[in-house]
Amino acid sequence: MLEFIQEKLGKALSSLTGKGLLTEADVDTALRELRVSLLEADVALPAIKHLMATVRERAVGEAVLRGANPGQQVVKIVYDALVELLGAETPLELKAAPPAVILMCGLQGGGKTTTSGKLAKWLKDTQKKTVMLASLDVYRPAAIEQLAILAEKTGALSFSHDSMDVMVRAKAAMAEAKKLSVDVLIVDTAGRLAIDEALMAELVAVREVIKPTASLLVADGQTGQVAVDVAKAFHDKTPLTGLVLTRMDGDARGGAALSMRFITGVPILFLGMGEQVGALEAFRPEGLAGRILGQGDVVALVGKLQAAAASEDGARLEEKLMSGKSMDMTDLKKQMLMMKKMGGMTGMLDLLPGMGALKNKIDPSKVDDKVIVRQIAVIDSMTAAERKNPSLLNAKRRIRIAKGCGLTVHDVNKVVKMHEQMNQMTKMMRSGQLQKMMGKMK
Amino acid sequence: MSWLSRITAGLTKSAANVTEGIKQAIGIAAKLDDATLEALEEALIAADTSLPVAQALLKDLKKAKLPDPLTQEALKQALADLIAARLQPLAQPLSFPASPTVILVAGVNGAGKTTTIGKLAAQWAAQGKHVVVAAADTFRAAAVAQLKVWTDRADASTKKGSVSIVPPAKEGADSASVAYAALEKAQNEHADIVLIDTAGRLANRADLLAELPKLNRALQKQDATAPHHTLLVLDATLGQSTLPQVAEFHKQIPLTGLIVTKLDGTAKAGFLLALAAQPNPLPVVAIGVGESLDDLGPFEPSAFAAALVGIDSAK
Ligand SMILES: Nc1nc2c(ncn2[C@@H]2O[C@H](COP(=O)(O)OP(=O)(O)OP(=O)(O)O)[C@@H](O)[C@H]2O)c(=O)[nH]1
Ligand SMILES: Nc1nc2c(ncn2[C@@H]2O[C@H](COP(=O)(O)OP(=O)(O)OP(=O)(O)O)[C@@H](O)[C@H]2O)c(=O)[nH]1
Ligand SMILES: [Mg+2]
Ligand SMILES: [Mg+2]
Repeated sequence: MLEFIQEKLGKALSSLTGKGLLTEADVDTALRELRVSLLEADVALPAIKHLMATVRERAVGEAVLRGANPGQQVVKIVYDALVELLGAETPLELKAAPPAVILMCGLQGGGKTTTSGKLAKWLKDTQKKTVMLASLDVYRPAAIEQLAILAEKTGALSFSHDSMDVMVRAKAAMAEAKKLSVDVLIVDTAGRLAIDEALMAELVAVREVIKPTASLLVADGQTGQVAVDVAKAFHDKTPLTGLVLTRMDGDARGGAALSMRFITGVPILFLGMGEQVGALEAFRPEGLAGRILGQGDVVALVGKLQAAAASEDGARLEEKLMSGKSMDMTDLKKQMLMMKKMGGMTGMLDLLPGMGALKNKIDPSKVDDKVIVRQIAVIDSMTAAERKNPSLLNAKRRIRIAKGCGLTVHDVNKVVKMHEQMNQMTKMMRSGQLQKMMGKMK
Repeated sequence: MSWLSRITAGLTKSAANVTEGIKQAIGIAAKLDDATLEALEEALIAADTSLPVAQALLKDLKKAKLPDPLTQEALKQALADLIAARLQPLAQPLSFPASPTVILVAGVNGAGKTTTIGKLAAQWAAQGKHVVVAAADTFRAAAVAQLKVWTDRADASTKKGSVSIVPPAKEGADSASVAYAALEKAQNEHADIVLIDTAGRLANRADLLAELPKLNRALQKQDATAPHHTLLVLDATLGQSTLPQVAEFHKQIPLTGLIVTKLDGTAKAGFLLALAAQPNPLPVVAIGVGESLDDLGPFEPSAFAAALVGIDSAK
C-alpha cells in the first residue's frame, strides 16, 4: 500500500518538476493524493481539511528549492505542518502537593490498565517516584486483579479495598496514598463509551474526589474516524491533560493520534509499544508524522537537501552561481561533498517516490557513491593553481594527477568534463535557459 | 431493551455524522449534484467506509432510480439499500458440523474476545448446549480469572445447558496444552461445543501468529477436523487497518468468520463494506452491542445499513 501511495504521489508530483514557483493547481494535484493517503492512515476528516488548508496556504507561491523536485517540497511542507499539528514533545506534568494523581480514562479495551502499569514502572525507573496503583474498575471481571498483578510486576504499591462502590474506593485510595505519602497515585477506571451518560457522570464525580494532576485519555492507536468524536466527548466531560496512544507496535499508521490531538489540542504524551510493562515510549512528533504520512523517506531527503542548501558551502556556492563568476574545481568538490553528505545519488534515488523509472534510465556506474569519492580524489591531487584555473590541465598534468591519486587519465578527463558541464549549466541557469529546457523535457 | 433496539440505538447515535452530512448534502435544492455527492462521500468516510468503496457506492447511487422531487428520506433509503445489498452475503449463522464443534477465537489485543466468548457460551447454553471453554490466554494478567467470571455467569444464566471452563493446569502452561485438555474433557463428557479463548496479538507479530497453527495441531491430535471454526473478533472502533489485519490472520489460520464488537458505541464499522467486497468474503456470525451477557446478536445487513445512514429505527 505504501509503495502504491508513493508511486501515485510521485506521479502527481512529477508534473511539478521544472517550475520556478509552486502554483495553486500544482499544489492541489499533490494534495488530492495526499488526502487519499491520510484517509488510509485513519486521519479524521476535520483534521485532514485543516491540514490541507494550511499546506495550500504555505505552498502556493513558494519558490522551488534547488535540487529538490517541487513535488517533494510539497511533501516537506505537509510534513512540517503535520509535525506542528501533532504538537511538541510534552513532559507529563506532575507538579502538585503529593500525591500527584493521574486519572486514566477511555473506551473499553483501549489499554488503560496496562498503561497504568507501564506508567508506574516509568515513574519509578526514570523519575524515582513512589507510586500507588488504584483500580476503580468494579465492572470488568478481574480488572482489579489485573491491576494488582501489574503493581506486583512493577514494584508499585497496590491499593486494595473491600468495597465495590466506585466513589468509596476513590476516596479511600486518596486517603491511603496520603497516609503512605506516595509521590504519585495512578487511578485506573473502567472502560466506558463516551455516549454512556451514567458512566460519564461517574467519571466527573470521581474527578471531583481525586482532583487529578493529570487526566490521560488512553486510546487504541488503530482507532478509525471515530477518534475525533471520542476524544472530544471525553475532553468535554472531563478536561484532559494528555493523550496516550496504544498498540503503536502494530502496523497501523496511527492517524488517530493526529485526529485526537487536533480536536482537543491536548498534547500526546506517550505511545504504547507492546504488552510488556516496559513498552512505553515518549511521544516524538517527527517519528509519528513520518509514519502517518507514509513518506518518512521523502521527508528525510527533502530535509537533507534543505540542510545542505542552507549550509555555508551551499550559500557561498549559490552566491557564486548568481554572481556570474565561473566555477573552479574547488566549487565542484564542494558540490560533490554535499552530494555525498546526502547519501550519494543511489541513496537519493531510493528515497524518492516514483523514481523507479528514472533509476532505470541512469547508468548506475555514473551515479555510484564510490565514483564521487574517486572524483574528489582526482581534485585533491591537483595543485592549487590547477584547481583555480582548470584550463591549465594539459595532457602532461593530467597524467601526473592520475598517478597521484592512483587512477587513470580517463578518470581525470571525466572530472574535467564535469567541471565544464557545471559551468555550462550555471550559465544556462542564469540566462533562464535551463528552466525552459527542463520544461520541454517533461 | 431488546438487543436489536440496542444496536439500532447505538448505530443511530453513531450515524449522527452521516445524517448531518446528508442533511447538508440535500439542502434546499434536493438533488444529487456534485456538492451533494461530495458531502455524501465525506459522510461515508466518517463512518470508516474506505474511500474506494464510498466512491463506488456513490457511483451506484447516481445510477439508481431516485424519486423526483428527491427527499432526504428517499436518498437515505436508497443509500441504505445499496449498502445492505453489499453486506447481504456476510449474514450467515454459525454451523455446528461436529460434536463437539471446536471454535477458536482470535484477534488483536482488547478486541473483545473473552467477553464475546462469555456471551456466546451463554447463548448456546440457553439453547440446551453443553459448552466447554478453554482458557488458552495464558499470557495476559488476570485473563483466566476474567474468563472464569464470564463462564460462571453464563453457566448460572440458564438451567438448560451448561458452561464449564478448563484453566491452564499450572502457571505458565502453554496455550496448546490448555486447548488440548479442553477438547479431551469435551469428548469425555460428550459436550456439544468447545470455545477456545486466545491471547490478543497484533497482526504484524508473525511470531505470535505462528502460535495459532501450533495450537491447531494440538487439537488435531484428537480430532483431525478441528477447529471447525476460527473466528476473528474485530473492534468496531477501528478503521482502515482492519483489512490488512484480517488478511494477516487469515494467512496464518484460515478464518471462517468474523465477530464485530462494540457496535453499541459511536463507531460505525464501515470497513465491513470493504471486507464484503473481497473475494470469498468472511461471514459476520455475530455482533457485540454491550458488556452484558445478552449483548450479542446476529448481523442484520438492513438494520446495520439503515442505522449507518441514520434512518430512524422508530419509524
Ligand atoms: N501490542 C500491544 N498491546 C497492548 C498495548 N497496550 C495494551 N495492550 C493490550 O491490550 C489489551 C487490553 O489492555 P487493557 O489494559 O486491559 O485495556 P483497558 O483499557 O484497561 O480495558 P478495559 O478496562 O476493559 O476498558 C491487553 O491484551 C493488553 O495487553 C500496546 O501498547 N501494545
Ligand atoms: N461497549 C462494549 N464493550 C465491549 C464489547 N465487547 C467487549 N467489550 C469490552 O471491551 C473490553 C475488552 O474486552 P475483552 O473481552 O477483555 O477483550 P479481549 O479481546 O479478550 O482482550 P485481550 O485478551 O486483552 O486481548 C472489556 O472492557 C469489555 O467489557 C461490546 O460489544 N460493547
Ligand atoms: Mg482496564
Ligand atoms: Mg481476552
